Amino acid sequence: MYEILKKTILNPTVARMEIAAPLVAKKAEPGQFIILRVDEGGERIPLTVADFDREKGTVTIIYQIVGATTMALNQLEEGDCLHDFVGPLGTPSHTEGLKKVAVIGGGVGCAIAFPVAKKLHEQGTEVHSIVGFRNKDLVILEEEFSAVSDKMVMMTDDGSYGTKGLVTNALKELLDAGEQYDEVIAIGPLIMMKFVAKLTKEYGVKTIVSMNPIMIDGTGMCGGCRLSVGGQVKFACVDGPDFDGHEVDFDEAMERATMYKEFERHQYDEACNLFQKEVR
Amino acid sequence: MPNMSLTKNPMPVQEPDVRNHNFEEVALGYTKEQAVDEANRCLHCKHKPCVAGCPVAIDIPEFIAKIKEEDFEGAYQIISKSSSLPAVCGRVCPQETQCESKCVRGVKGEPVAIGRLERFVADYHMANCKAAPVKPESNGHKVAVIGAGPSGLTCAGDLAKAGYEVTVFEALHTAGGVLVYGIPQFRLPKEIVQREIDTLKEIGVKVETNMVIGKVLSIDELFEDGFEAIFIGSGAGLPRFMNIPGENLKGVYSANEFLTRVNLMKAYREGSATPIQHAKKVAVVGGGNVAMDAARCAKRLGAEEVSIVYRRSEAEMPARLEEVEHAKEEGIVFRVLNNPTEILGTEDGFVKGMRCVRMELGEPDASGRRRPVEIPDSEYVLDVDCVIMSIGTSPNPLIRNTTKGLDTNRHGCIITEDESGQTSREGVYAGGDAVTGAATVILAMGAGKHAAKAIDEYIQAKK
Repeated sequence: MYEILKKTILNPTVARMEIAAPLVAKKAEPGQFIILRVDEGGERIPLTVADFDREKGTVTIIYQIVGATTMALNQLEEGDCLHDFVGPLGTPSHTEGLKKVAVIGGGVGCAIAFPVAKKLHEQGTEVHSIVGFRNKDLVILEEEFSAVSDKMVMMTDDGSYGTKGLVTNALKELLDAGEQYDEVIAIGPLIMMKFVAKLTKEYGVKTIVSMNPIMIDGTGMCGGCRLSVGGQVKFACVDGPDFDGHEVDFDEAMERATMYKEFERHQYDEACNLFQKEVR
Repeated sequence: MPNMSLTKNPMPVQEPDVRNHNFEEVALGYTKEQAVDEANRCLHCKHKPCVAGCPVAIDIPEFIAKIKEEDFEGAYQIISKSSSLPAVCGRVCPQETQCESKCVRGVKGEPVAIGRLERFVADYHMANCKAAPVKPESNGHKVAVIGAGPSGLTCAGDLAKAGYEVTVFEALHTAGGVLVYGIPQFRLPKEIVQREIDTLKEIGVKVETNMVIGKVLSIDELFEDGFEAIFIGSGAGLPRFMNIPGENLKGVYSANEFLTRVNLMKAYREGSATPIQHAKKVAVVGGGNVAMDAARCAKRLGAEEVSIVYRRSEAEMPARLEEVEHAKEEGIVFRVLNNPTEILGTEDGFVKGMRCVRMELGEPDASGRRRPVEIPDSEYVLDVDCVIMSIGTSPNPLIRNTTKGLDTNRHGCIITEDESGQTSREGVYAGGDAVTGAATVILAMGAGKHAAKAIDEYIQAKK
């Protein structure tokens, strides 16, 4: 059992938890993920390692309430325990030798982008962060990102905070202004990563994306998370989750992500009803 | 008086048209009377040829003699000297190629139903024996076992019985390996696997789940933590795909994914948190036991038509005869000498069909099996909405990639010196599918047993 030591609400649908998991904390690197089960009988869901403290033996996760399992997770409070918490899984993000990087985070993807930006900053890389959210209420990790960025651009779709527009607008502006990046690292919804990759291809800038397909075991034994990268089949849980954004077949990945859409909607509705009853 | 019937006592089973709608166990097990009657078919041969056919060398005539005397607990004690998982083996071993293939009674008529008797004894023990097994006195030596599948559990059980402090590290959240994620409930109830594992815990085996060795800890770190020897029983869990167009459509599963969702995550149950596609027409590609399991699960999930699509003929199928027969009884359609070339999808990315070609058998290949050759212009489209690829698995690269000096062959299997399981690293032993590639539960158990003996000798010699 893995105790929740701290829980912080970041915005109406996103929260952060610090979990006691010393062995995971000891090995975790930015770019890696964990798989958890909330309770006995629960499903296994992957979440990225948002931060870790090797000395305290804690791993931080940030989740968005999107379905039944994240809703059940959000019902837990400090002092409660997760049934299973396994990791670190996946291959760590490659950061060595990078001098100047643009880190792009979209929505809750910022939680995944942040540890990468932090590591780059700590090793002396010049970090330009572009973070995008639908609106002001959904903004997370603003201070954290500012602290590790040499330049930071805040974007909102509706202009309620920062600059109005998409992260690609901001990136295009920087590239047009002559910024030269060794790499662009984009983490967020598939559609966002797809358009970032499309843009940077025109500019010939190497782009790494962090893929988030459906997973079950997360150890390479089922292939549920497979993707086409450069025409080859890759398992995101062991070969990734980071891949060359110019090689990934995003359209296929977006299709595959909808496999259980109906089931998920049904479970979500059921969960909502259940929790509403409990509140009453 | 020996029972001279030429045939085995039949095993009571659920009717095919009933069982293909539920996940309850198909075979119901012998009654006491049936077991004693079957035991009386054993001639108690002095040279015991059956024992040589058992990879863990259970003293078969001895335990059967106890059944004749109706001393079922005594029979259990004899089996458990050699086997750590009798309730499992009695159910899933291919006895027809092992113990029962050597039985003298099989020369004329059917062999003694050794597997069914083993199962009876193990089930009797579980139902009637309440006494906790005796925990052996510790010899103070620590051994780590990687993987809680059949080979790891057997190795751990034998070492614990010899007094070692054994810790089993399992990557998934439940111990059992293929016994819990692969073999379905209707062939091997998970409660039985759990009870066998609980018995191991009672004799002192520690089981740590959620431990992906190679990620959370390395082999070298286990040695640093004071383990004096390590057994790798990590299996062969990496699925193969055919690399044909359309394989990434929604509705194409590896058998591992399909079975893991169904068995480990219990997606077959109403209200399960883990989803599974409830397909109407399913094609399972492959002809092994895993393909039979996947097909029978798909049927139980409510599919109207489930086909086995296999490129050779039925005679070449690697699946157990009994499994093939059970599948047929349950209405699984066998499309042998057929090979998929492409999976076709709907506009929104779901499977809608599978293009296949018909095959004929040509000359034997290197493995001695006649090679399937495509018949020209034989292409057709099979109407399916789900495809399960069951064409084999290979060892996961996680451990070999993170362990220096551990030699593996070109298939990624760990190389061992001989049946002791000694690898190229001192103190590191391996067995089961991690060494052989995908094989059977009982061979994995045999390997675990041999390695336990070798580990004991290695540690005793160091002193």
